[in-house]
Formats: sequence, C-alpha cells, structure tokens
Amino acid sequence: MEQMRKERIDRGLKVRTEGLYAISSYREILYLMGPRLLLIVGVLALPFIFELAPYWKRVINIMFVYALLALSFDFLANYVGLVCLGGAFLTGVGGYFSAIYNVYLSFPTYLAIPCATITGAAFCTLCLIPCLPLRGVYFAIVTLMYPLLFTRIIEALDILGGTNGITGVDGFANQYVEHYIIILVVIGFLFAMRRFVNQDIGLVLRGVKDNDQSVRASGIDVTRMKILAVFVASLIGCFGGAYMAHLYMWAGISLFALDFSIIPIASVVIGGGGTLVGALIGSFILVPLSEILRAFGTFRIVIYCIILTGFIVFKSEGLMIFMQRKYHQFERWVKV
Amino acid sequence: MHIIIYGIINSITLSLISLGFTLVYSISRVPNFAHGALYILSGYLVWLFINKFAGFPYPFAIIAAIGLTAVVGALIYRFILIRIRGMEISEIIATYAIGLAILEGLRWGGLRGGTFTLPTFMAGSVNLFDVSVDYQRLIIVGVGILTFVSLYVFTRYTKIGLALRGIAQDERAAMMLGINSDMTAIVSLAIGSALSGFAAVLLLPLGNIVVETGYNVLIFAIAVCVIGGLGSWGGTIVASFVIGFAQILTEAFISTHYQMVVALLAIIVTLLVKPSGIFGKQKELEERV
Repeated sequence: MEQMRKERIDRGLKVRTEGLYAISSYREILYLMGPRLLLIVGVLALPFIFELAPYWKRVINIMFVYALLALSFDFLANYVGLVCLGGAFLTGVGGYFSAIYNVYLSFPTYLAIPCATITGAAFCTLCLIPCLPLRGVYFAIVTLMYPLLFTRIIEALDILGGTNGITGVDGFANQYVEHYIIILVVIGFLFAMRRFVNQDIGLVLRGVKDNDQSVRASGIDVTRMKILAVFVASLIGCFGGAYMAHLYMWAGISLFALDFSIIPIASVVIGGGGTLVGALIGSFILVPLSEILRAFGTFRIVIYCIILTGFIVFKSEGLMIFMQRKYHQFERWVKV
Repeated sequence: MHIIIYGIINSITLSLISLGFTLVYSISRVPNFAHGALYILSGYLVWLFINKFAGFPYPFAIIAAIGLTAVVGALIYRFILIRIRGMEISEIIATYAIGLAILEGLRWGGLRGGTFTLPTFMAGSVNLFDVSVDYQRLIIVGVGILTFVSLYVFTRYTKIGLALRGIAQDERAAMMLGINSDMTAIVSLAIGSALSGFAAVLLLPLGNIVVETGYNVLIFAIAVCVIGGLGSWGGTIVASFVIGFAQILTEAFISTHYQMVVALLAIIVTLLVKPSGIFGKQKELEERV
C-alpha cells in the first residue's frame, strides 16, 4: 500500500512578506496588517455591537479584565517559566489599593487606578520575592496560598471593611469611559508585551525559563530578572483589580475569588500559551461561555476544568497557534 | 499539658494529611494538586455508602471508599498525567484543574451546609493527665503511628515498595533494572490517593464534610511538604510536628483565626532561610538557582 504523509509548506505570500517585499503591494500589506487590524477594530467596536444588549455590555468589561489577567499569566508562565496559580491575588491587591486610595485618601478615580497599579504591583512582588530564588513548584504553591491567606487575614483582623469590604468607591463618568479605559489598556498592554518579550530582556527571560544555569553563567542575576518579570505581570493584574474596584464601586474579599485564578489559566491554555494574543482570544471565548452557564452555579468551574484538562492533554498548542499555522501554511499529502 | 497532648494530636493529623502528597511527589515527581479533592471525595463516598445504600456496614463503607479513591488516583495518572509527564507547568495546571473539578462538582452536586457528617468510631472521651481527649483523637494518633510504621516497612521490605524507592532515587537506573516507570507512578498515585482517603476517613468524623476543607487540606499538605523538604518523608513528619505545635500555640495564646497565617509564614521563613526544607538533601542544588 502506498503510504502518504502530510506536508506543510509556507504560503508564498507569507514568504514574500518576510522581507522588504512586504510593502510591494496592498495584498502583502493586507496579509500582514489584516489580522492585527481585525483584532484592534473588532475589539474597539465591541461596545457598539452590543449597544442594544446592556447586560452583555457589562460582560464586555469583565471579559477584558480576564483578558488582562490571562495576559499576565501567559507572560509569566510561557516566557519566564513561573506558574502563577493566584491571579486572584493580583486583582485583590490592586482592587484594595485602589479602594484605599480613593476612599480613605480621597484620590480621584483616574489617579487612584494608576497609583494602585504601581503600588499594588510593588506589594505583590514584595510578597512573592521569597519564592523567586527557587525553581520548581514553589512559586505555584505560594501563589496558590496568597489569595486565601489574605482573605483570612482581612476576615480575622476585620480591617479594610472586613467581610463587607470597602464601599463608596467612585465609579467612572459614563459607560463609554468604562469600556474604553479597559479596552485601550488591554490593547496597549498586548502590543507592549509583544514588544517587551521580543527585546533583549525578553530573550533573557526566556533563557531563565529554559535554562537558568546558563543565564547565570552569562553573569546575569536570575532572581533579579524574575523579580522584574513578576513586577511587570503584577502591573497588568493589579490594573485589572483596580479597574474592577471602580467598576463595581466596591472592593471586597470577592476580589480574591477563585474565578480570577482559574479562568485566566483556562483562557491561556485554550488560546494557546506563549502567543499573548491567544490569552485574549481564550478569554473572549470562556467569559461569555461562563455567563451563559451562570445558571449552573459552581458547575461552571467544573466545565472550565474539563475544557482545560482536555486542551492540555489533547490539544496543548491551543487555538491561536493552530490558527496561525492555517494562516501561514498550507498542507498537502505527499508520497513517502 | 493540654498544649502538649493536643499538639501531638494536631501534628499527627497534619502528617496524615500530607503523607499522600509527599509520597506521590517523592516517587513520581508529580505535584498532586488534586490531593485535597481526593480527601473530600473519599469522605463523601463513605457518607454516600452509609446513608444512601442502607445497611452498608461502616467498615466496609470505609474500605470501599478508600479503594475507589485509589482507583480514581490511578485513573487520573493513566489517562491524563501520563500524557503530560515531565511538563511541570501542565502537570500543575492539570492536577489543579482535576482537583477543582472534583471539589466544585461535589459542591454543585449538593455537598453544601453542615449536614454531612460521619459517625465517630468510638464515642466518649477519656482523661489523660487531666486533659479530656475523645477516643476518636486517640485512635487517630494510634492509627497514624501505625501507618508510618507500615509505610516504612512497605517501602523497605516489599518488592513493590523497593521498586517505588528505586524509581524515586534514580529513574533511569531503575528502568534499566526492569522497573516499569509508568506502572510505579500509577501505583504511587493510587497509594497516595488511598492515603488521602484514609486520612479523610480518620479525620472527618471530627467535623463536617465541607468543600472548603478540601482547599485547606491541600494547603496544609503543601505547607508541611515544603517545610519538610519536598519529597522527604522524615522531613514531612518533623515539619508536621513543627507546624502542629505552632498552630496549637497560636490557638492557645493568640487566636484561632491565625492557623493558616502560621502555616504560610512558616513556608516563607523556610524558603528564605533554608529553601530545600528541613530534611531536603540534594534538593538545594536542584531547586535553588
């Protein structure tokens, strides 16, 4: 019997667009810009598309918060090799800081969020420093524990409003501000991170992930690089938390909820780890799905977990890498 | 006296909880984040057998539940973990996801509120040095010590146990001697799950079966294992005594709320001072960059 195998070849268009010929015609330019423009324009148009569905417009905001968290997880896990099981820790810290600035120190909203992002990220980094000189599962373990720990501390000490949370946080001026703050920040962070990981420092970080001994042998302090990476990831996560505190006009222990840890992870796995865009796409799929499944209560988490495990085991590359391959390459059967 | 007695009981409890986790990690290097879920699962199974299938005697229910938990553990390895072995990130995410699926699935399936309790093995209590201790806690101490001893014997004097240790020490050399690595990993996960189920059966009669316990169990197991040195058995027991007494002391002198805080602080201090844990040996080279 004749044996066949599948061969994958780059499309001619793809090869042409790699060099200077990229600007030779509109077709090449469109090939390169198309997907990016589609994403940006599509994301910017979302609030208008759902103009008539007020409920889903709220979902858009949350979706982008999860997209931010997924971006942060993707960066840490696939470019630095640190698995952060506690995305909720970042949102919680960011949210509480923003609420403190806004309510106790009466900062205006647009000052409280950036301040909370930066101080919150510094705080998170400080908390995570003890486990950064280590390799292996330690980081995952400690990040898993922090959200629970902070919930307990806030409950036990009855500080920061205790179980009621901090109420009276200022909201945003109107709905469009609400939408576009988070949308623009997500796009900004996405392209900023893409740049960041492709620069020298990103290369070093990937080195830390793959072979930290060789990075150390090159005279680079591995722990310092990890601290930097955690700070950057915390910035992203804390912004999400701070935004959420103002969106709900409230900061409470539900900012440390399990959802903020598990959905971003699932999104990254579904979207495709290491692509950064995949994190966004994953959360665009999962968060609406979770809204549809809201009637099932905690069964939602079971569904995510099953999807997550299924993707890890059977399709570990994720959707984004699959789509990229289809976009750049064609397949044909050839004789062996 | 109260502190000493309850400290010992608490320590044995902690080491029972964490024994399964440490066993799996030391043998197959899989951080089994589904540990807490298996704990609750087995407690729930016992409850199910007793209350839903009327006439099921308690001891049989216990054995059946532990057996089933072991099977679940083995299946998790055989169908999921085997495909992602060695990819640390995927292992952590997959086991964590399985654990969450089990726990939240149980919560969805109706495991809510304080209505799920298991009967104690023996009612009543006894006075030891003027401290009243109920029989269940005494049984925990006795059975706990018995478990340590039998595990020690099992890993040193039986063929399977020796194979497990061989894989744990040097996987390649053990494979060359004809020990099937995947088979031992399945066995280790089964034993680890059975141990967590065993701990559940012993400990759950003291309280209610609630989902939150699953998360707490996972956290305490991890805390004990990190402090004792991941994968070190002696370290696990020593560390559980450290944390156990620390908790009882905080409970006696400060407040009950801080038990979790103590565990986490202990982890952070250990990571800062001696990252390989109390009894971690060559780990320091391996894990520390």
